[in-house]
Amino acid sequence: MELTGAQIVVQALIQEGVIDIFGYPGGAVLDLYDALDQQDAIRHVLVRHEQGAVHAADGYARASGRTGVALVTSGPGVTNAVTGIATAYMDSIPLVVLSGQVPTRVIGSDAFQEVDAVGITRPCVKHNFLVKDVAELAVTIKKAFHIAGSGRPGPVLVDIPKDVSQAKRRFVYPKEIELRSYRPVTRGHPGQIRRALQLMLTARRPVLYTGGGVILDRAAAELTELARLLGFPVTNTLMGLGGFPGTDPLFLGMLGMHGTYEANMAMHEADVVVAIGARFDDRVVGNVSKFCPRAKIIHMDIDPASISKTVKVDVPIVGSVKLVLSDMLTLLHQSGRRPDGEALAAWWAAIEGWRSADCLRYDRHSAVIKPQQVIEQLYQLSNGEAIVTSDVGQHQMWAAQFYKFDRPNRWINSGGLGTMGFGLPAAIGAKLACPDDQVICVTGEASIIMCIQELSTALQYQVPITVVNLNNRYMGMVRQWQEFFYAKRYAMSYMAALPDFVKLAESFGHVGFQVKEPEQLRATLEQALAMRDRLVFVDVLTDPTENVYPMIPTGAGHNEMILV
Amino acid sequence: MRHIISVLLENESGALSRVAGLFSARGYNIELLTVGPTQDPSLSRMTIVTSGSDEIVEQILKQLNKLIEVVKVLLLTEKEHVERELLLVKVMAQGAMRDEIIRLTEIFRGHIVDVTETCYTVEVTGDGEKIKAFLRTLPTADIQEVVRTGVAAIARGETTWRLP
Ligand SMILES: Cc1ncc(C[n+]2csc(CCOP(=O)(O)OP(=O)(O)O)c2C)c(N)n1
Repeated sequence: MELTGAQIVVQALIQEGVIDIFGYPGGAVLDLYDALDQQDAIRHVLVRHEQGAVHAADGYARASGRTGVALVTSGPGVTNAVTGIATAYMDSIPLVVLSGQVPTRVIGSDAFQEVDAVGITRPCVKHNFLVKDVAELAVTIKKAFHIAGSGRPGPVLVDIPKDVSQAKRRFVYPKEIELRSYRPVTRGHPGQIRRALQLMLTARRPVLYTGGGVILDRAAAELTELARLLGFPVTNTLMGLGGFPGTDPLFLGMLGMHGTYEANMAMHEADVVVAIGARFDDRVVGNVSKFCPRAKIIHMDIDPASISKTVKVDVPIVGSVKLVLSDMLTLLHQSGRRPDGEALAAWWAAIEGWRSADCLRYDRHSAVIKPQQVIEQLYQLSNGEAIVTSDVGQHQMWAAQFYKFDRPNRWINSGGLGTMGFGLPAAIGAKLACPDDQVICVTGEASIIMCIQELSTALQYQVPITVVNLNNRYMGMVRQWQEFFYAKRYAMSYMAALPDFVKLAESFGHVGFQVKEPEQLRATLEQALAMRDRLVFVDVLTDPTENVYPMIPTGAGHNEMILV
Repeated sequence: MRHIISVLLENESGALSRVAGLFSARGYNIELLTVGPTQDPSLSRMTIVTSGSDEIVEQILKQLNKLIEVVKVLLLTEKEHVERELLLVKVMAQGAMRDEIIRLTEIFRGHIVDVTETCYTVEVTGDGEKIKAFLRTLPTADIQEVVRTGVAAIARGETTWRLP
C-alpha cells in the first residue's frame, strides 16, 4: 500500500520507537499534523513557541537517554527553533528536528514562509538533510536517527517540503543503515589504554576529570567502579554532574570557573589528569598556559576533534568512554595492580587541607534568604533524588554546587550555549519522559521570562513540576561581573517592572507561592514539593547582593581563585 | 606553513557549503579550493590549499573528518605529490610584443588559446610558483584579466587513494 510522505514520517517515527514529540503546527507541516492526528502510537505535545519545543525534546532526551523529537513549520518555525537546536548541539544531545519546507518547485523563490533551513542550521547541527524526493524520505529519517544517537550525539534536522509530505510511496523502513562516510570509532586502542593505565598506576597525585560524555555514554557505573578501585579523586564538569556520585567521599565537586577550591587546586597540583568524556572547555580550563602545569594528561573521548583542540594531550584514547573504562577495569582486575598507597594517602591529605577551606560557605543566619540555602533545602526535601533543570546565571551555578547528584541524567542544564529560557521547557520534557520522578526547575526571574509561555503547555498536559524562582531582582550573573570587573556600574542588569509571579502562575492555571522570610522558606518548599499533581511556582525573594564563589577570573589559573 | 588537503566526499548538494562553512566558522584559511568529479560518480574530490601551524592543520583534518559527508581526508603535503594549477591570462599583444609573448609562452610550455588583433589569451599550467613566474614576465600594464583555478594534486607513485 502506498502512504503519503506525511504518513511515512509517522510510520518511521513509530519504527524508531518514538512515543512523544514536541511541536507547533503551520502551513508547511499541515500534512504531518493530519497524519499524526490519524494514529495514537505517538503523543504530540503542543508547545507555545518552537524554542520551547526543541528545549522540551532536549530535556526529554537528557532525562531519558533517548533521542528527542521536535516538529516545526517552515520559515519562522525553523528560525524560532534555532536557539534550541544550537543548545542541543553545544551539549551533544541527540535530537531529530523535523521541519516543514515550502514545496520543492518554489524553493529559492522567496516563497511565503520560506527560509533556507538547511543553511541556517548548518553550523549548529551534527548533520541536516533537505528531502527532495519522497523516495528518500524513509531512509533519510533512518539516517537522521542513526547519526543523532551514535558517536558523539547531536541534533539532526530533516527539512521536508510540503509536496514531499503529500507525495505517495510504498513504505519500506531499513532495519540497519551503513554510511561509508560515517563510522564512529567505539573501541579504544588497546596499546593506548595500557599506556594510560601505566601512567595512572604510577601517578602520585592523580585526578579524574569527567564530563558530559560519561552521562551520554551511560558510563557512570564504570567510572564509579574505576575511581573506587583506584581510590582516585574525581571532579566533574558542569555537564558531568551525576556521572559520579556527588555524595561519595572521593568527589571533589565541580571544577572550573565556579568550581570548588579543592577541585581546582587538585587540578593545579596534579601529576596525572585523566579527562573522561570532557572537552577542556574554556570555562573549565581558564588560562591555557596556567592549566595543570605539572600534569601528564590522558584524554578519552569519542570525538577525535576534541582531543588536543585547546590543551595538548599526552595520551589520547579515541573511543566510547564506557568501553574504554571497562577495558581498563578488565586489565586492572586481571593484573591485580594498584597505585602506590602511600603517595595517594599524602595526596588525599593535601586535598583534605583544601577541602577544609569550606569554599562554599555562606551566611546561614542571614536576615534575607540566601540562594544557596534554597538549593540546600530543595536537596534535603527531595532526598537528593529529583531531576533538576536550570536556566542560566547565578542560580544555575548554585544549583550545580549545592544539589548533590548521585545519579546521571538528573542534572539538566544548558552548559555549552548557556541559553536562558531552557529550564522550564526542559523540565516539562524531563517530566514527560520520567513521569514518576520529581522534577524541579531552578530558575531566575530574568531567565524564566524568556520561555514563560510554556506554563501553558504544562497546564494542557498536566505536567506537575516545581518551579523555584531565585528572585534577586537582578540578572544576577551579569550584576556580579559588573560588580567585580566594571566598577559596580550596573548597566541594564536590574530587572525593573517584574510581574507578580504568584498571580502570573495563577493566571496560567497553576499554584503560586511567594517566600520572603528565611523562617518561611522550608515550610513553603515542603508544601510545594508535596503537591505532586500540580505545577507549583515558588517565587523566592533572595539576597540581591549575593555572589557565586569561588570564582576564577578570566585569564587566571586554577590556583588563583577569588574566595568568599 | 602551506598545506594541501585532499578530500573525498559524497557527491551531494550541500557538501561543498559544509566544508566552506567549516572553514569560515572556525577561522581557518582557504587559499585555494578546487572541486570536481572522480572516477566514481558518487564521489567528488576537493583539493584545499590552506595555511596554519601544525596544531591548526591537525584540527582542520579532524574537523573535516567529522563532517558526515566526508569519506576520506589526506594531507598531501606530507607525501610526495604532483600539483598543478591552470592560468588563463588575457594580455595586450601589439607590435613587438606579439612575438615576445609567443616566445615567453613557449618557454613556459603554455599555449595561446585565443588571438585578436590586439590581444592574446594564454594558457599555462604548473605549480603556483611557475604561474607566478610567468605572470611576472608579462608587462603588468598589459595584463587585462587573470583567471586561475585552484590546485589539482595527486600523490606520486603507484599508491592510489580511492575507495575499495
Ligand atoms: C538568551 C540569553 N541572553 C543573555 C544571556 C546572558 N546572561 C547570562 S546570565 C544572565 C542573567 C540571568 O539572570 P537570572 O535569570 O535572573 O539569573 P541570576 O543570575 O540572577 O540567578 C544573562 C543576561 C544568556 N545567557 N542567554
